[in-house]
Amino acid sequence: MGTGRSEELDLGQAPGRPGRAAYDGPLLAVDDLSVTFTRRGRRDVRAVDGVSFAIRPGETVGLVGESGSGKSVTALAVMGLLPGRGVRVGGSVRLEGEELLGASDDRLRDLRGREMAMVFQDPMTSLNPVVSIGVQVTEVLRRHRDMTREQASVEAASLLRRVGIPDPVRRLKDYPHQLSGGMRQRALIASALACRPRLLICDEPTTALDVTIQAQILDLLRQLVRESGTALLMITHDLGVVAGLCDTVHVMYSGRVVESAPRRPLFGSPRHPYTGGLLASIPRLDAPRGAPLHPIQGSPNDTIPWESGCAFAPRCEDRVDACTTSAPALEVRGNASVRCWNPLPPPGRTAAVQEVRA
Amino acid sequence: MLRFAVRRLMQLVPILLGLSILLFFWVRALPGGPAVALLGERATPEKIAQINRIYGLDRPWYEQYLSFLERAVQLNFGSSIRTQRPVTEEFLRLFPATVELSLAAGIFAVGLGIPLGYLAARRHTTLLDNASVTGSLIGVTVPVFFLGYLLRYVFAVKLGWLPATGRQDSREFLDAVHPTGFYVLDGILTGNPAAAWDAAKHLILPGIALGTIPLAIITRITRASVLDVVNEDYVRTAEAKGLLKRTITRRHVLRNAMLPVITVTGLQVGLLLSGAVLTETVFAFDGVGRFLNLAISNRDFSVIQGFILIIAVIVVVVNLLVDIAYGLVDPRVRAR
Ligand SMILES: Nc1ncnc2c1ncn2[C@@H]1O[C@H](COP(=O)(O)OP(=O)(O)O)[C@@H](O)[C@H]1O
Ligand code: SF4
Ligand SMILES: [Mg+2]
Repeated sequence: MGTGRSEELDLGQAPGRPGRAAYDGPLLAVDDLSVTFTRRGRRDVRAVDGVSFAIRPGETVGLVGESGSGKSVTALAVMGLLPGRGVRVGGSVRLEGEELLGASDDRLRDLRGREMAMVFQDPMTSLNPVVSIGVQVTEVLRRHRDMTREQASVEAASLLRRVGIPDPVRRLKDYPHQLSGGMRQRALIASALACRPRLLICDEPTTALDVTIQAQILDLLRQLVRESGTALLMITHDLGVVAGLCDTVHVMYSGRVVESAPRRPLFGSPRHPYTGGLLASIPRLDAPRGAPLHPIQGSPNDTIPWESGCAFAPRCEDRVDACTTSAPALEVRGNASVRCWNPLPPPGRTAAVQEVRA
Repeated sequence: MLRFAVRRLMQLVPILLGLSILLFFWVRALPGGPAVALLGERATPEKIAQINRIYGLDRPWYEQYLSFLERAVQLNFGSSIRTQRPVTEEFLRLFPATVELSLAAGIFAVGLGIPLGYLAARRHTTLLDNASVTGSLIGVTVPVFFLGYLLRYVFAVKLGWLPATGRQDSREFLDAVHPTGFYVLDGILTGNPAAAWDAAKHLILPGIALGTIPLAIITRITRASVLDVVNEDYVRTAEAKGLLKRTITRRHVLRNAMLPVITVTGLQVGLLLSGAVLTETVFAFDGVGRFLNLAISNRDFSVIQGFILIIAVIVVVVNLLVDIAYGLVDPRVRAR
C-alpha cells in the first residue's frame, strides 16, 4: 500500500505539513492501552486490557472480534472520545510520535477531523437530522481548512461526487432523512476524509447496511485509502470484511489482543483457537477439506477473568489444564503473535496432519 | 404547510361548538345569577324577573343558545351586563395588557428556563442540577396567587422596589397616551421613555408570578432534552470532526434539544392565559383576566362566554403558529 495519489482522487495528505520530515516511526502507536469503566455502585469493567498495536502510514489494519470485545472502546480511546467521567485510561497512544492520552482538549480537537477521522457504525443515527448534508460536510472543512462558505461548498460537492453520491450539488441542500442508509454512510465517509486525515478509523461501517450496499461501501473504502494513502483502522466482527482489505489483523477477545498477524498467515493458518473458530464460522471457498464449518460454541458472555486464566477457556475446544490456572502471554510464534497455552499447529504440521487424514 | 394550517383550523370548529355548549350551561348553573349579582340587597322577585327579561334570560334555553351561537359566529357576544359595553370591544381594549403581561412572563420563562435547563444538564448530578430539579418541582406546585401575593408583599410592600399594582403610575403619567394599548411600546412610540420604563417595572412582579410555572416546566424539558441529545450518535460524530465546543452546542445539541422545548412552550400559552386571570387579579392589573374574574363574580354571562371562547380561539391559533415554527426547525416535519 503506497502513499501515491492520483489526480482525480486527491484525498491524500495535505502537502508540506511542518515538523514531519524527521519522524519515520509508525503513524499510530498504541501501547499497553487499558480502559476501565468505573461507575459508582457497580463493579469496574475493564473493557480494554493491555492492547498494543501500530499502524504505519498508508497501512490498513483490521481489529476483529465478537461484539463486546473492546474494539469500539479502543477506537474511542485513540480518538479521545471516551466519556469524560467514569473512565480510567492507561498506557499510551501516540500519533506520529505525539502522546494523545492526557493531551489537552484543544489539541485533540485540532487533531480530530484533520489528522485522524472516524466513521461510525450506524449511518441512520450518526448524522444530525436537522442539519443539511452540506453543512455537515462543510463544517469540518471550515473548522480545519480555513475555507470560506463558498470554497467549502464547492469542495463538499466534489467530495460527495468522489464518494459516489449522484447529483452532489443538490444533495448538499438535502437533509439526512432524504438519503438512503448507503448514501448517508457515503456522506459520512466524505466528511471524514474531507481534511485528508492521515488516519481513518472505521468502526463496523457496513454492519448496519444491506449486504449489497456493504460490498459497495467496502469497495469505496478500499479505493479511497489506496488512492489517498490514508492509513485505515478497520473495526469489524466479520473476518470476511478484513480478508480483502487489511494488511495486518489483530484479533481481540474480552479486552485483549489474542492474535496479531499479517493477513495471509492469519487466514492461511490461524494460530489462536479463537481465530480458528472465527475463520471456521465463515464460509470459504479455499477452506481446507475436513475443516469444521461451524460457529464457535457458547457466547462472548461465557468468559472467565484474565486474572484467573484464559478468558476464552469456557468456549475453547483445545483447552488444557494451564488454561484455567493462569493467563497466557502474547508470544511471538513464527510471523504471528499469539496469546495461547495450546495454539493451533503451524502450517507445516497442519499439512502433515491433513496428509495423514487423507 | 397551508393545507396543514387549514386542516388544523377546521378541527377548531367542533372544539369551539363543544366548548360553547359547556360554557353556556356552566354559567347558568352558577348559583345566583346576573340579576341577583347586580341588585344585591335590593333584589326582589319582580326586579329579578325584569332584568332577566331585558337580557333574554327568561326565554327557553335552546332559544337562548341558538341566538347566542348565531351572534357569536359574527363575533358579537352581546354586551356586558356590568359595564353595558359590547363584549368584543371590552376584550379588544383589555387584550393588549394581557398580551404584554404574558409576553413578560414568557420571556422570563423561556429566557431563563432554556439556559438553566441546559446548564443543569451539562452539570448533571451537581449542585446546580439538583437545585434546578428541586426548584422546578416547587415551581410547578406553587399556586400562582400565593406566589403573586408573596412577591407583592416582599418586593412592593416591604422593600418598595417595585410597584404593587396596576399597569402604570397614574398620578405621574396622567397624560400618557396609548395608541396601541401596549404600554411599554406606547411609551417608546410617543417618545416617553420614562412612561415605558414605568410600565416595564409594573410588568416585573406579575410577569414573574405568571411565568414561574412555565419556567419550571421549560427548565425541566430543556434539561431532559439536552441529556437525551448529548448522547446521540450525531453529537459523537460532531466531536469526531474536532468541531469547536460552541459549534457542537449550538448546531448539534441545542438545535435538536429545542424541538420538544418548542412544543412544550407552545402548550404554555393556554396556561399563561388562564394564569393571567389570577395574576391580574392579585396585581390589580387591568387586563382580560381581571375583567373575566370580575365577570365571574358578577355572573356577567355574555362576558364569560365571549371572553373564554375568544381565548380558546387564540390558544389554538398560537399552537398552530408554534407547530409551524417547529417545522422551520425540523426538516422532517417540513416535508409533510
Ligand atoms: N460507556 C460505557 N460504560 C460502561 N461500559 C462500557 C461503555 N462502553 C463500553 N462498555 C463496555 O466495554 C466492553 C467493550 O465494549 P465495545 O468496545 O463497545 O465492544 P465492541 O468490540 O463490540 O465494539 C463491553 O463489555 C461494554 O459493556
Ligand atoms: S489458552 Fe487455552 S483456553 Fe485459551 S485459547 Fe489457548 S488453548 Fe484455548
Ligand atoms: Mg463496537
